[in-house]
Amino acid sequence: MSDLAKDPYVAAFPETLPFWAAAANGVFMLPRCKRCTKVHWHPRAFCPFCHDTDLEWIAASGRGKVYSYSIVRHPKSPYVLAYVEIEEGLLLMSNIVDCEFDAVHVDMPVQVQMRATPEGRHAPVFGPVR
Amino acid sequence: MNPDTTACIAGAYEHPLRFAPDKSIAQLHAECARGALDDAGLSFADVDGYFCAADAPGGIPALMVDYMNLKVKQVDGTESGGCSYISHVGKAAQAIADGRCSVALITLAGKPRSSGQATGTEIRVLPTDRPASAWEAPYGWTVAGLYANYARRHMHAYGTTPEQMAWVKVSASRHAQHNPNALLRKLYTVEDVLASPLVADPLRRLDCCVITDGGGALVLVSAAVARTLKRPLVRVRGFGETVRTNEAGRCDMLETGAAVSGARAFGQAGLKPADVHYASIYDNFSIMVLMQLEDLGFCAKGQSGRFVEEGNLISGVGKLPWNTDGGGLCNNHPQNRGGITKVIEAVRQLRGEAHPAVQVKNCGVAIASGPGMVLGIGHAHATVVLERM
Repeated sequence: MSDLAKDPYVAAFPETLPFWAAAANGVFMLPRCKRCTKVHWHPRAFCPFCHDTDLEWIAASGRGKVYSYSIVRHPKSPYVLAYVEIEEGLLLMSNIVDCEFDAVHVDMPVQVQMRATPEGRHAPVFGPVR
Repeated sequence: MNPDTTACIAGAYEHPLRFAPDKSIAQLHAECARGALDDAGLSFADVDGYFCAADAPGGIPALMVDYMNLKVKQVDGTESGGCSYISHVGKAAQAIADGRCSVALITLAGKPRSSGQATGTEIRVLPTDRPASAWEAPYGWTVAGLYANYARRHMHAYGTTPEQMAWVKVSASRHAQHNPNALLRKLYTVEDVLASPLVADPLRRLDCCVITDGGGALVLVSAAVARTLKRPLVRVRGFGETVRTNEAGRCDMLETGAAVSGARAFGQAGLKPADVHYASIYDNFSIMVLMQLEDLGFCAKGQSGRFVEEGNLISGVGKLPWNTDGGGLCNNHPQNRGGITKVIEAVRQLRGEAHPAVQVKNCGVAIASGPGMVLGIGHAHATVVLERM
């Protein structure tokens, strides 16, 4: 928790702390509106659909599929920038990891894992379903 | 729209430089302002409205108003990224129609080339106060990498090919060869594009626009002022803008804001895509031209690849003469913002002052349309429909 408090991205949005606390324990949470029951991404302090403020955090399945991807040819270390459509129906930006570049494809089934960021929090990335 | 209250574009100027290490950004703004006012036959003393975006020093209108010592009744600092200036045309026209100013000046300038910016390929450091930053910063997005995602999805959904995307660059180069100020005047083939290095699969270097210093300016005037001027006049007939959100994770990434801004602009003009003789469509990346061609209604969804490989964007060859200055892909992309040059070339076409090799005969209706910022990250879009008077 002490590391999280120092992360400037977490500090700027204190209402998202439960997400990062769960992520540090390897759990991928989604905000769900208690009123309209919709989940949304990225997390906000209110439901962006019905604008109610009564939200709860639910554990996501962690499964999804690649919606689109690109191998970014960064001169030092290329990486896969992707959009993943998770089972809950949301599209999120992420990286595809633990996978040969040539093997990445649209609709590839993927599973979430948490990766440490330089600032101290853990963020969801996706690898192939083993 | 009522012709008596409809604003006209009376002055347009594109800075001839593409590399300007020895000029300040403020100086470039002022040189563009002078160029557009000279073009209109007006002076700085005539200006009573000023419009700029975040590229203006300080990011607000006040500092350039002070620098140029203008006496203004109307200012607007609308910041919508690269399409800000298309939006400014619509807002200036409305301000003039409302009687809040009669000579509106719009300027853009910047120096990304001489300051060594790697606009499309640099991993952005994201400010912590942006609501999505915490969930974007870990993934190292680049502008090219994001547009590459949309290209990949378009290929998956519609069978679009890298060869078809390359046709966008090929078409731009056919036009740029006639523009003495264009950064790239070389004629490119599909093979040239496919042989250029991958920046972010499937996008290659030649799928990306140029990085240039420079700028541009526009002057809009009231009908009363317009009657005193000698230059050919271009009327602002329709305007639309929007922000395309991610719909909180439920966004269809194959639709750009052009679907909304284009429909609104055509609706206000009382015209349809088939009425357009010339189109300036912002070409930051080849794929973005394809997506906008569909969303603006120039071809059916998924058919843009076929549309461009038939040569339809090439003036004198195809159905929709497009970016006849060479666009952002070959000519100019000052301060990484392509909106103003899109309007300027549309004005040249409507006046009959484009290069003779690319001038559209009897060009009466044109559009200028484009995105701001990045689709998926906070994406604005603006379109104007312009008409020769």
